[in-house]
Amino acid sequence: MRRALWILAVLLSHWRRHKMQFVTLLIGLIAATALWSGVQAINQQARNAYDRAAATFGGVRTAMLVAPKAATFSQELFVKLRRAGWPVSPVLEGRVQINGRSVRLLGIEPVTLPADVGNAPRLGAADLGSFVAPPGQTLVAREMLADLHEAEGAAPAISNGAKLPPLRVLPQLVPDVLVVDIGVAQRLLNKPDQVSRLLIGRPKGKPAPLASVVGEQLQRVEPDAETELERLTDSFHLNLTAFGLLSFFVGLFIVNSAVGLAFEQRLPMLRTLRACGASARLVNTVLVIELVALALVAGLIGLACGYFIAAALLPDVAASLRGLYGAQIPGQLSLRGEWWLAGIGISVAGALVAAATSLVKAIRMPVLATAQPRAWQQRQRRWLVLQSCAACAVFAVALLLLHYGQSLIAGFGVLAALMLGAALILPALLDIILLAGQRVARGPLALWFWADSRQQLSGLSLALMALLLALAVNVGVSTMVETFSRTFIGWLDGRLAADVYISASDNAQGTAIRNWLKERSDVQAILPGGRAETQIQGQPVELLGLPDHALYRERWPLLQAAPRAWTRLVPGNAAFISEQLSRRLNVRLGDVIEVPAPGGTWELDIVGIYADYGNPKGQLTVNVAALLRQFPQTPQTRIGLMVARENIPDLIVALEKQFALDDRSVADQATVKAESIRIFRRTFAVTSALNAFTLGVAGVALLTSLLTLANSRLPQLAPLWAIGITRPRLAAIELTKTLSVALFTSVLAVPLGLLVAWCLIAIVNVKAFGWRLPFHVFPLQLIELVAVALFASLLAALLPVVRLARMQPATLVKVFANER
Amino acid sequence: MSVDRISRRAFAASIAALVFARRAGAQGYAGLGETADGFAKVTPGRSFTFPADHGPHPGFRIEWWYLTANLVDGSGAACGLQWTLFRQAAQPGPQGDGWADQQVWMAHAAVTRADTHRFSETFSRGGVGQAGVTAKPLDAWIDDWEMKGSERTDDRTLAPLTLKASGTDFGYALTLEADRPVVLQGNGGYSRKSERGQASYYYSQPFYRARGNLTIDAKSVDVTGQAWMDREWSSQPLDTDQTGWDWLSLHLASGDKLMLYRLRQKDGKHYPFGNWISATGETQMIAGGDIQMTPKATADVAGRKLPVEWHIAIPSRSFSIACKPLNSKAWMGTGFSYWEGPISFAGSHDGVGYLELTGY
Repeated sequence: MRRALWILAVLLSHWRRHKMQFVTLLIGLIAATALWSGVQAINQQARNAYDRAAATFGGVRTAMLVAPKAATFSQELFVKLRRAGWPVSPVLEGRVQINGRSVRLLGIEPVTLPADVGNAPRLGAADLGSFVAPPGQTLVAREMLADLHEAEGAAPAISNGAKLPPLRVLPQLVPDVLVVDIGVAQRLLNKPDQVSRLLIGRPKGKPAPLASVVGEQLQRVEPDAETELERLTDSFHLNLTAFGLLSFFVGLFIVNSAVGLAFEQRLPMLRTLRACGASARLVNTVLVIELVALALVAGLIGLACGYFIAAALLPDVAASLRGLYGAQIPGQLSLRGEWWLAGIGISVAGALVAAATSLVKAIRMPVLATAQPRAWQQRQRRWLVLQSCAACAVFAVALLLLHYGQSLIAGFGVLAALMLGAALILPALLDIILLAGQRVARGPLALWFWADSRQQLSGLSLALMALLLALAVNVGVSTMVETFSRTFIGWLDGRLAADVYISASDNAQGTAIRNWLKERSDVQAILPGGRAETQIQGQPVELLGLPDHALYRERWPLLQAAPRAWTRLVPGNAAFISEQLSRRLNVRLGDVIEVPAPGGTWELDIVGIYADYGNPKGQLTVNVAALLRQFPQTPQTRIGLMVARENIPDLIVALEKQFALDDRSVADQATVKAESIRIFRRTFAVTSALNAFTLGVAGVALLTSLLTLANSRLPQLAPLWAIGITRPRLAAIELTKTLSVALFTSVLAVPLGLLVAWCLIAIVNVKAFGWRLPFHVFPLQLIELVAVALFASLLAALLPVVRLARMQPATLVKVFANER
Repeated sequence: MSVDRISRRAFAASIAALVFARRAGAQGYAGLGETADGFAKVTPGRSFTFPADHGPHPGFRIEWWYLTANLVDGSGAACGLQWTLFRQAAQPGPQGDGWADQQVWMAHAAVTRADTHRFSETFSRGGVGQAGVTAKPLDAWIDDWEMKGSERTDDRTLAPLTLKASGTDFGYALTLEADRPVVLQGNGGYSRKSERGQASYYYSQPFYRARGNLTIDAKSVDVTGQAWMDREWSSQPLDTDQTGWDWLSLHLASGDKLMLYRLRQKDGKHYPFGNWISATGETQMIAGGDIQMTPKATADVAGRKLPVEWHIAIPSRSFSIACKPLNSKAWMGTGFSYWEGPISFAGSHDGVGYLELTGY
């Protein structure tokens, strides 16, 4: 034991003498752990939220009975089934308007609610009594309470004048729902004795067959293992995970180079230890213990960093998920114990993997082996050939996936294979470029320059691969975001056709506002709108009602349109369909779509397809008058106005004053546009942040590789100095070399990045969101990125070069004496 | 002082508390000491009318239909079953329609053999038809569990009836016959519970002959035997310092019936009570001082030590017996847990019965 401690002390002394190396090693481990854990924390948070949503009082995680043809059915069926031994519990779901906001209302029956299915929020003992007994309670998440601008205990009124039971916060509830007793829900939604579905609990005994109890009136829906929300948001989380994984590997590159160097430099020390009588097993064990200890320390620090990264990114992630998919994620980070363990585990495992070659080398080291000059050339050639073959195989996989893959995962697979292949083939490409340079070089120094650059490749290649990947991802993601941004803003210009938007609190106020507006000369046109909701193939679909007005015909953008599309919309038997819904339902121009409406099925000819970026729900656009005929319950509270620009501020002030409207209820076009663009930017804030992170980590990888290389290359440089090349000249050559390989890498990253962007736009976007964007290239942006990469390389190269320039001649002499 | 069986059942009084306990994991006797504000009071001198009193009394806070049966199968092996429906009004006053009805229903069912004990529970709100009781003909139901009379059912004997219940791994169906009228307990059906005025209305039918079949793990056997039903309702049944009770209902081989229990109090004093029902149906209360109830052996069940074997003596009646459980593991692990199972006894008298142990 004492001996082990002594050996450990000797080994550790190395770090005292090479503080920079130690810092590098820690940075690598921390970087690897931090971003990976941060991303995992975010994903875990989101998944928990989906689970919560899915399990809310028996969501899709519970088997249930629904009426195949109607939204609700009689409660009698519930009683019939219970009396036949079916352990069912009724749920009534609907929407209510509170302060002009449409909110999901869920009526549950807590006594029969299956306690053993899902992780539904439980009501406490005393709570259940006050939930059921008059006046009852409205359970609400804290986030929702804030959204409604209500205090706990308040009893807000809904649009039909009825009052909700007093609000009570249930922290574990999903944020987008109000939960009341089923009796209360039936009263509020005006659906006496009606239920939407029956949740099925664990059966006692053998219930009678369903058909013998209720005939064909109800059908069983099995629980979904994966929720709709999970399916939708998969791409987003895959994206995050990819970023996390990328930086994890880049971090391991750093660890690999730092550990590689440290072992290289400690070989004499190990030999001495062995020669002093320490057994190989003991030395190796202590080596592993040292590494694991370092990994543990770095892992903990990395986890702390990961936690802060996740906490910092979470609001943006939540905004993105809400904006893109309508998913509600709490903004407060809560982590499970597994997360910490997994983080530490991955840090230790990563460190061991990264140090594996070095460890094996140390373990196999013969006691009396002397330093051998490296036969780098042969080894490098073989290694290049092997790696290139692997790259070709990976490219082949990418092609196959591109050709045969249908799913989103396949899309990401193409991306991953593309990048992996490119990274693998990079050293070979660089080698070819450098070889070409060597061929055309004149003069001994130039020849040496090219040859030495080639020799450096193996040491630098991991860092260069990291740089390539980070850059390519940057190019790809920036191009995609920029493309999206421009398309979105252009689309928004057309889409926000009216000049002023008003949202009245209820129908009465809507009518009053319209009447008041008719009297005003500064209003050129009043454009009433409406929105209703229905379900098509089990998916929520929004129906948007637009008035028949020249403004829309001229400005509202359509991707595809049948002849006289707007005119055909007026009679009410035709609709435009949003791009994502048309993809989901596989509907084309000229097809007919059946929409369930309160009065029966509403058949609509599809006469146009339009982009509807950022809307998680599918949408159909119809004539507003027709919408009101088919969905009489549609609130007539949305009004658009055409107003001359100079009259807008006065009109808004007058409106706000006359009807006590606030900023949320009346807004001019510019405000709405600014808000939309703000939300859009926020949506991609996470992507940008992660982008910057990975580029940063790649920069650190380059720096550490160069530092490592600088030390091990002194023997190569010492002879040049000895034959009379000055240290500043040597430093300049070194800098040029580093920058030139970085430049080559960056230039190679551009086409790869564009390919990545194309994959994102043409494959991933379509699969994930249902919309396709035009592909644009932004040359300025590309030049900027290459410049940033070169600047990062310059910074990374500067430190070792400055050290070289300032190195004492005596040191170089010593190298000569010791190594040769 | 007459304190009879209602006290032993008082744990079940707060059905709402039981419902809630299921979710909150709450233990103890929550809500049992509540005052009866707003609910109908139990007063002496009430005259019972049948069949109306077989039905529910929604003005009172709590009520139950409680049946235990001692049976034997074709091979002569003893077994027992329990069927209980509890009603509790969460709020006093007239009940609203549909879901606005503030009554909660709960039921327990169990079967016990020497080698196994199975139980199940279920819950329901009132007002929509998932659970309820009608008086004529008697129909007491919750889900597919049911105690049901017919046109032939005699209001005085509350027979014949059919009875059924099932759990995940057991089920039973019985017909119940009786030729003697129901028996009013306590003082003409008024049963005092403490010096402070707690009381209940209480009558029983201890003379049922039972016949039917019993299924355990899909294996069905025919059974016959005798059964005992209690009907009881009240608004505040339990005293605040009572911790639990040990209760027995005994079918003597002579045809006489005996109900005995002792109430355990926080101060360590145990008060035994008893009621002798002759084979012809006359009841006679037994003075507390005349009853000796002595635990003889305990069994470890559900992490508790339960006195499942007893020596019982009533010197004035030359009554001295030793009771043994059919299955010492007859634990009701329901939301509100207790021990309840069939017993047999021998000594000065032989017979079978049911034992209930609560508050352990």
